[in-house]
Amino acid sequence: MQRLILPFVLFFSFICDAQIVSISNGPNVQEKVQEALILAKPGDTIRLQEGFYSFSDGLSLDVDNVKVIGAGMDKTVLSFANQQSGAQGLLVTSSKVILKDFAIEDAKGDALKVIGADGIYMINLRTEWTGGPKSTNGAYGLYPVESKDVLIDGCVAIGASDAGIYVGQSENIIVRNSRAHYNVAGIEIENSYYADVYDNVASHNTGGILVFDLPDLPQQGGHHVRVFRNQAVDNNTDNFAPEGNIVGEVPRGTGIIIQANSDVEVFDNDISGNGTVNLSIVTYGAETEDENYYPHPKSIQVHGNRFGNGGFDPDIDKAVASILFELSEGNMPDIFWDGVLPLTQMIFGQPDEEKLILADNGDASFLAIRPIKYMLSLPGITSTDIETYNGPIRPLAPVVMDIPQGI
Amino acid sequence: MSTQLWAVNDSKISSTEFPPVLSEFEFFIDQTQQLPADNVHPYELVTTLFSDYSYKSRFVYVPHGKKGIYQEDWVFDFPLGSALIKTFYYPIDERNLELGSKLLETRVLLHKETGWEAVSYAWNEEQTEAFIKIAGKTINTSWVNHKGIKREVRYRVPNKNQCKECHSTNDVISPIGPKARNLDKDLNYGDGSKNQLAYLLQKGVIDSIPTNFQTISDWEDESQSLEDRSRAYLAINCGHCHTPSGVANSTGLYLDFNEVRPLHLGINKSPVATGRGSGNLNYSIVPGKAHESILLFRMISTDPGVMMPESGRSLVHVEASNLIEEWINSMDN
Repeated sequence: MQRLILPFVLFFSFICDAQIVSISNGPNVQEKVQEALILAKPGDTIRLQEGFYSFSDGLSLDVDNVKVIGAGMDKTVLSFANQQSGAQGLLVTSSKVILKDFAIEDAKGDALKVIGADGIYMINLRTEWTGGPKSTNGAYGLYPVESKDVLIDGCVAIGASDAGIYVGQSENIIVRNSRAHYNVAGIEIENSYYADVYDNVASHNTGGILVFDLPDLPQQGGHHVRVFRNQAVDNNTDNFAPEGNIVGEVPRGTGIIIQANSDVEVFDNDISGNGTVNLSIVTYGAETEDENYYPHPKSIQVHGNRFGNGGFDPDIDKAVASILFELSEGNMPDIFWDGVLPLTQMIFGQPDEEKLILADNGDASFLAIRPIKYMLSLPGITSTDIETYNGPIRPLAPVVMDIPQGI
Repeated sequence: MSTQLWAVNDSKISSTEFPPVLSEFEFFIDQTQQLPADNVHPYELVTTLFSDYSYKSRFVYVPHGKKGIYQEDWVFDFPLGSALIKTFYYPIDERNLELGSKLLETRVLLHKETGWEAVSYAWNEEQTEAFIKIAGKTINTSWVNHKGIKREVRYRVPNKNQCKECHSTNDVISPIGPKARNLDKDLNYGDGSKNQLAYLLQKGVIDSIPTNFQTISDWEDESQSLEDRSRAYLAINCGHCHTPSGVANSTGLYLDFNEVRPLHLGINKSPVATGRGSGNLNYSIVPGKAHESILLFRMISTDPGVMMPESGRSLVHVEASNLIEEWINSMDN
C-alpha cells in the first residue's frame, strides 16, 4: 500500500508548497508587484491579472524557479512610460524563470534584461516602444545576456533602438515563433554559442536577423548558429540607432547579416524585399588588438533559401552599402561576401572545411570581393559566379534544451 | 568576562527572518542619535560612494571573541554573526550641522549561515524608528547645501534586489567598502584621533594590520594626482559592478582599482550594448576630449535609461563630474 501512497503524497506536498500569488492593478502597484517578486519562493507563480500597470521605477526578480504570468501580451501591460529610476523595465537575475503572457511598454532603457540565468523561458511576451521607431527608445526589447538555456517563443518585439530580440554572450538558445518589427536589428545573436533561430518573422526593421561577434568581451568567438524557416522581409526602416553602437553601421534594407562567427547555417528562409542587400557575410570591420578574437566569418553555409527581390534602394550612406553599390555598378546582389580573410588565406586559399558554401538558393545573385585585387587595383575585383561556392552541406546539430513541462 | 552596557541582539542577525524594525537588532543605545552599542564601532571610508549628496554613518559589529580576517585586495572577512550598518541622512542645513538632520534609511548587511544578506530600513517622519522596506521606497525630501541652496531630491531607498546588484561578486553577496586600502585613515573617536585600522585592531574587530596594500586616494584631496583621485572615485562608484567578477562584466568596461589595461578602462573603447546610453558618442573615454566620452556623458545624465550608476543616484555629482572631465581632458590624445 505504501508504495501506492508515496507518489501521491509527494505530488500533493509539491502542490501545497508552491503558491500562486495573484496581483491586480490598483494603488501602490509598484510596491505590490516588486514586493511579490522579492518575496516569491522557488516554485511560486505570480499572476498579473489583466490591466494597464504603470510603474515609476524598474522591477526586478532574483528568485529561482518562479513563474510570472499575465493574461496575454495585449491584456497585461506593464508600462514604464512614467519611469523615473531603473535602467530596465524588468530585470531578472535568477534561473529557471518562466515569463509568459504580458507586455512591457516604453521602458526608459532595456525592456526586459536577464543576466546570468541558467534557464530562462520567455513565452508570448511583447516588448514595445509605442511611439514607433525613435532613437530615444530603449536599446533592447528582450535581452538575455550571459545566460544558458534561453528560450524565446511566441514573442513580439517592436521599436527597440538597438535590437528587438537580443541574445548576448549566451549559450544554448532557441528563438522561435516570434516577430520583430520596427527595430534597428530585429533579432540579434551576439557572441553566443549554439543557437537555433527559426519560424520567426523579422520585417520592417533596419536589418532583419543579425549574427554578430565582437572583440574584448568575456565571451566571444560565436559559433553554431542555425537560422532557418524565418521570414526576413521588407526590412527598410531607416537606421535610428544612436551613434557609437555597432548596429548603427547596419544599412537600411538588410535581410540577414553574418559578421565574424563560425559554423553558421542559414537555410529554408524567405529573404526578400530588403532594399540594400538580402544577405550579407562580413568581417568585423573596426580595429582591435584582442589577440583572442577572430574577426572573419568561417564555415558559413547558406542553402535552400528563397530569395526575392532586393537591393532596389541601397542605403549608400553606410560604408558597406556604398562600396557594394560601386563594385556592383548598382546591381546589388542577393548575397554579398566581403571576401576578407587572414592574408595568407587570401593568397593561398582557405581550408576546405572553412569555406563559404552557397547551395540551392534558386536564382539568387551573388557578389564577393577579392580584397587583394581590390587593394592592388587589379582586374577581377569581384566574383559573381555563385556556382563556384557550391558544395556538400554538413548540417549542424539542433539545439537540445530541457524545456519545463506545461509552459 | 566584561560586563557590557548594551549588547547587540545576535539572534536577530542570525535569524532567517529580518526583524520588521531596526531597533530589534539593538545596534544603538540611542537609535535616533545614532549612538552605537559598545561593540558597534563607527568607521569611515577614504573615498565613498555618491548617494545623491546624502551623508552616511557607518558601523561595524563583530560578535564577541571573533575577528575580521584580512584578505588581500578584498574586504575583511568578517565572521558569521557580523553586521555592517549604514545610515543615510541629510543635514537640515549643511552650513550649520547643529541644526540637526533627517534620517532617511539604515541599510544592514548581515552575515548569516547562508551568506551575507542585505536589506534596508526606512525611517519614519518622527525619526523614532526605521521600518523594513523589502520593495524599496521613494522619499521626496530636501536639504540646504553648503552654498545655501535648497536642493530637492527624489531619494530612493533600494529594494532588496538592488542591494544585491551592487553587492554581488560572482553572484554572491559581499560587503564592498571595508577594504584595508579604503579604511586606512584617521578618525576622531571623541577621545582623540586615531588610525582606523589601529583602532579596529585594538578593539578586536580585525585580526591584523596588513602592510602590503596601497591606500586608495581621497578623490577630494587636491594634493593628490588627478589620475589617482579619478581612479579612486571610479573604483568606488563604478568598480563593484564594472569588474570581471561583477554584474556589469558583460560590458568589458572595468573600472576597478586594479585594472590597468587601457582599453578595458574605456580608452577608445567602443560601447557594446549601450543603446542610447552612448549619447551618439563612439568611445567610453576619448583622451583629451571629455565631452566626446561616453563615461562623462552618463555621469552627467539623470535620464534613467542613460545615467550611471543605474541605481542610487538621481542627482548629478557635479564636483566628481568636474574631476573626471578634468582627468579625461588631461590625457594625451
